[in-house]
Amino acid sequence: MKDHIRPALTMLLLLTVLTGLIYPLAVTGLVQVFFQDQANGSLIVREGKVVGSKLIGQYFEKPEYFWGRPSATAPFPYNAAASGGSNLGPTNPVLLEAVKTRVAALRAVDPGNDLTIPVDLVTASGSGLDPHISPAAAQYQIRRVARIRGIDEAVVRDLVVQHIHGRQLGFLGEPRVNVLLLNLALNEKR
Amino acid sequence: MTMNAITQVLVFFGVLLALVKPLGWYMARVFEGKPFGLDRFLGPVERSIYRLCGVRPTDEMDWKNYGMAMLLFSAAGFLFLYGLQRLQGLLPLNPANLGAVPPDLAFSTAASFVTNTNWQAYGGETTLSYLAQMLGLTVQNFVSAATGMAVLVALIRGLSRNTSRTLGNFWSDLVRSTLYILLPLALILSVLLVSQGVVQTVADYHMVTPLQQGRPDTTPAMEIEQIAVGPAASQIAIKQLGTNGGGFFNANSAHPFENPTPLSNFLEVLAILLIPASLCYTFGMMVGDTRQGWVLLAAMTILLLCFVPLGLWAEQSGNPILTHAGVNQQAQVDQAGGNMEGKETRFGITGSVLWSAVTTAASNGAVNSMHDSYTPLGGIVPMILMQFGEVVFGGVGSSLYGMIVFAIIAVFVAGLMVGRTPEYLGKKIEPYDMKMAALLILIMPIVVLGFTALAISTESGRSSILNPGPHGFSEILYAYTSQGNNNGSAFAGLNANTPFYNLTGGIAMLISRFWLVIPLLALAGSLARKKLVPVGPGTLPTHTPLFVVLLIGVVVMVGALTFLPALALGPIVEELIMGGQ
Repeated sequence: MKDHIRPALTMLLLLTVLTGLIYPLAVTGLVQVFFQDQANGSLIVREGKVVGSKLIGQYFEKPEYFWGRPSATAPFPYNAAASGGSNLGPTNPVLLEAVKTRVAALRAVDPGNDLTIPVDLVTASGSGLDPHISPAAAQYQIRRVARIRGIDEAVVRDLVVQHIHGRQLGFLGEPRVNVLLLNLALNEKR
Repeated sequence: MTMNAITQVLVFFGVLLALVKPLGWYMARVFEGKPFGLDRFLGPVERSIYRLCGVRPTDEMDWKNYGMAMLLFSAAGFLFLYGLQRLQGLLPLNPANLGAVPPDLAFSTAASFVTNTNWQAYGGETTLSYLAQMLGLTVQNFVSAATGMAVLVALIRGLSRNTSRTLGNFWSDLVRSTLYILLPLALILSVLLVSQGVVQTVADYHMVTPLQQGRPDTTPAMEIEQIAVGPAASQIAIKQLGTNGGGFFNANSAHPFENPTPLSNFLEVLAILLIPASLCYTFGMMVGDTRQGWVLLAAMTILLLCFVPLGLWAEQSGNPILTHAGVNQQAQVDQAGGNMEGKETRFGITGSVLWSAVTTAASNGAVNSMHDSYTPLGGIVPMILMQFGEVVFGGVGSSLYGMIVFAIIAVFVAGLMVGRTPEYLGKKIEPYDMKMAALLILIMPIVVLGFTALAISTESGRSSILNPGPHGFSEILYAYTSQGNNNGSAFAGLNANTPFYNLTGGIAMLISRFWLVIPLLALAGSLARKKLVPVGPGTLPTHTPLFVVLLIGVVVMVGALTFLPALALGPIVEELIMGGQ
């Protein structure tokens, strides 16, 4: 047993330097050269200010904006420094209540909208930072956003269609719309 | 299942199986010490590591020495990781100024990473500094996986050597696994992941001005928001390849910075199974008959393919309770539909369910959706796949040694039926070997069911439950199933960061990794000492489809008999309740 103590300690030290320092720093160096934008968080800059990241959703609850997925992060929704989901089980009454409240809120700001409510618009995402909604969820909100902003529905619809991201390589993942980018484009429309 | 779901699943398995042979061949060369190209460049590094450590890679070890070296190395890693977390507040590379991790959480996290479990009682971005993530977690991601491979190689040598007392040199197997297999693969994968948008920086968290200003529910101080970043890609690459699974961020691979696109999702889920699947081919090569490896791989693949459709169907059908509330869960051209609570839009149902099955079939445990929010039958899939004892692909190294043990039990069962002494790969399986194999099969259920019973019958166990009713029981059963199998995924609603769960879980993880290794190496040592006997007329061939069926039968019987009663109390009851509403 004594014969193994020295190798165990030295080995741990050397492998720590190799895999814990050299490896991550080498990767950092490499990608900071080749993929700088992505490595630093795919930031969106407008007029010299960082307004967000293409990959991190933001919270929208004003009716003139498209809303994203509900977010369960604490202590406030879309907290990008503490990601997480609701973890509510399918038969938990709290989940049902939360969904009912969200359905009611969507109906209240847009009376007369008779489209069915897409599931992703009333269920919390896994990360709490989901930047996307389904095209159906964007579709559902077009009427409301156009009405409140006083723009033609067709204009908003065009914008939504332009922001639909298809499946990657034609078959991977799901079609989706980036809510922050869509809302930014909407603001710039004015 | 939609057409697209079938395509995504088939392409995934196609690519995986295409990679098995080349990587399996490469790994066999590494372990057999034959030239393979990369050794010409990295050979000097390997040799200087041996020199500095004062070991000779050619010194052969018997099973006791091999086990002792492995245990001492793991113990040193455990103490270092514990100390690092306790002292992180005083050390550099801590931009978010995080303080010392409390003792019980540091114990659980250290046990979790040394055992290749990566149970996440910590919340990445809110608990651990960059330094602790790099020097602590990333390092253990490498070496705990390399240790698993080393133990597997020792067992394979036990099967392939003729009357030998020794199983190889632990230090050499450890270094070669790390240097020639894990590091190059991790380097390639991290760069690919960053190209998709995974972050890799040592800069501070970003401060951003959100687009919608003047939110009624926040104070003016919140007008500026923080976005957590960090050296994530390098850790995520190895967390997947080494079947570790511990996230850089709290939301693990659901976090857009860990898993930004469907392609990154594909690469990560592929990386989970890549080494465990390829090791089957390595095994075949090292025992001199690749058919033996394909048989094990076939059994694993078939078992996994049986469960993926069940999960897809359950999750795509959605939650009937929400349908009554007026929510549209249909799969349509413009939405994935299904049970989307806890899932990300970009992955939808297919990307999430495939991941949940793969991550639990392998003992990875990373999640890209919240398993706690799955429908009961959707959630039973990951639970059962773990309860098979992590032999369906399983951990890097540890799976295959589990599957080999099941193969030994299968030949034993077959031997009982015809009344002959069973043989596996030319080695007679005798009472001592069967005792060790039986121990290996029994320890895990005792740990899982014992701790579940303890938690459910104490106040400190029950008070952590989030969801009421049978789902709460599922949360506890899932927690110990995961830790007792060194998986690490969770029904994360359970508040696992309490002294009770940190301690019991930490013990469960340590037992199921290190107590298993001792009988396993003893088995390897006993097999190595035996003579290789030639194939006789009474030998059960272990390279045939019949043996695949027998092997699957044994795995399913053992798993089902052990865990069905417990499953009936959790997900099965909940499914009946949900269907009745």
